[in-house]
Amino acid sequence: MSERSFPVGSDTARVDLLVVADMVASNTRVLDIGCGDGALLRLLADDRGVDARGIELSQRGVNDCVAKGLSVIQGDADTDLIDYPDDSFDYVILSQTLQATRNPKRVLEQMLRIGRRAIVSFPNFGHWRIRGQLIFRGRMPVTENLPLAWYETPNIHFCTIRDFVSLVDEVDARIDRAVALDSSGAPMRVSAPWWVWNMFGEQAVFLLERQN
Amino acid sequence: MSEIEPLRAGHAAWLEADAPHSPVLRFSADEPLVMDSGVSLAPLTIAYQTYGTLNADKSNAILVCHALTGDQHVANVHPLTGKPGWWETMVGPGKPVDTDRFFVICSNVVGGCLGTTGPASTNPATGKPYGLDMPMVTIRDMVRGQKMLIDHFGIAQLFCVIGGSMGGMQVLQWAASYPDCVFCAIPIATAPRHSSQNIAFHEVGRQAVMADPEWAGGRYFETGRHPTKGLAVARMAAHITYLSDEALHRKFGRKFQNKTAPTFTFDADFQIESYLRYQGSTFVERFDANSYLYLTRAMDYFDLAGDYEGSLARAFQHTRTRFCVVSFTSDWLFPTSASRAIVHALNAGGASVSFVEIETDKGHDAFLLDLPELFATTSGFIESAARARGLKEAKAST
Repeated sequence: MSERSFPVGSDTARVDLLVVADMVASNTRVLDIGCGDGALLRLLADDRGVDARGIELSQRGVNDCVAKGLSVIQGDADTDLIDYPDDSFDYVILSQTLQATRNPKRVLEQMLRIGRRAIVSFPNFGHWRIRGQLIFRGRMPVTENLPLAWYETPNIHFCTIRDFVSLVDEVDARIDRAVALDSSGAPMRVSAPWWVWNMFGEQAVFLLERQN
Repeated sequence: MSEIEPLRAGHAAWLEADAPHSPVLRFSADEPLVMDSGVSLAPLTIAYQTYGTLNADKSNAILVCHALTGDQHVANVHPLTGKPGWWETMVGPGKPVDTDRFFVICSNVVGGCLGTTGPASTNPATGKPYGLDMPMVTIRDMVRGQKMLIDHFGIAQLFCVIGGSMGGMQVLQWAASYPDCVFCAIPIATAPRHSSQNIAFHEVGRQAVMADPEWAGGRYFETGRHPTKGLAVARMAAHITYLSDEALHRKFGRKFQNKTAPTFTFDADFQIESYLRYQGSTFVERFDANSYLYLTRAMDYFDLAGDYEGSLARAFQHTRTRFCVVSFTSDWLFPTSASRAIVHALNAGGASVSFVEIETDKGHDAFLLDLPELFATTSGFIESAARARGLKEAKAST
């Protein structure tokens, strides 16, 4: 399991994977960056006939995946996406990893180059609990889903849902679908305005499409 | 070198070259091996071993490619050394390359000395061993020879081609030369081309052989004496490159051999010296010196991208073969960066590729050793590929 990945095993993490999987059409080609132990790849390959490939930073994760028969290589989102040709996948997925990359904008651009669509999930730093810890305690937030202190977290580029929406604009992509998950892991009402999501969504999942 | 005994004339490796303890396939003059050097080699003999049973539609064959000093005796007692096969950890009933399920083939490479035509084989034109009259062999020539054997079995597509080191080079060459004949490929601890450093090491080994007066310009069979000292030195030098500093230190450290203090002589005071001398002396009992020259040269010439206008990606363009590339952290002879170059080229071609770097301090030779992570990776990959190929699972052993 990658050091940077979200703690898999909690119910919210599993819901996150299901939401991501739900955005992928059947019989397509998918690259999952930071695929961890391959749970999403397995889900996509078994249930949707997807040609699923993975990149994982930790050797342990890669070895587990390959031993399970998944096509996974050891690699780093920040440095290794450049080796893939344009349009080699239908979807490129980055779950719970964007905030841990050195250059999130560059990673997102690469994803949208390699695939026409990108699916990104991330923890929302605009959630009220996180805001509350900053306002009332004056401390960097530590929550159930983000359990590490500031000096040991691999998450070096936190963003809010609103921050992400403006990044999408900057990389010239279009939001196809977006889902926010509340603290119980349940998807929030679609009709809720952005500020509600930004306040009460603990995680967000975006399906993006390249414009042009 | 006092511990290396001179070998008897009519040395075992020479006998094995013409009359091996293996089945052989002979190709006559009208089926020559057309080699990269332009020479047509005929007649050609290929010595091989098989394990398991070929299924009715001939879809369960796995070709094992051996390394520089390996041979076809993958999983049976070696006829010359009496030791177990060189890859019994990997190949056998219930092993990752499961002989209860797959038909496993391994042939001695062209240029080898265990029964396939090589410099120790008798040249029918002269009635004497080829020696340096043997045409220069390349990795692609070895693969062409293997293809002739596979065709003889009537196998249109190999389920898998697997091998480490020089064997891994053959795996890559198979996938590039005959993409439709390889369903899945497992190149281990290998490289798409031989590095300058590796050519340098090989050159040291060859010079050691050729500096031995017994080598006699490669015609030592006429004197009945074998350049055992030169070949042993070549093997000793090469053997160091197959290990790692860490592994050597853990195994031998600075420990003395059967003594507690230095003798202040050039005897093998240290365990590592004694170990290397032993490796050298056992090697010369089973290997032909000229064969060593030819096979190291074949590796030196290997540069797969060179055959595809310098683009490795082009070598694998449109391939449908599934790849599982494996490297080892402490392998400095065929480092992980070389495996990554293969992976990048395969990705660029959109190939299905897995890549695992296994953590070990055992160096290049790790691929021959008992490494649970290597077995988990290869069995997982082979299992999923077998499912995709529609191969039935092995019958439960009773």
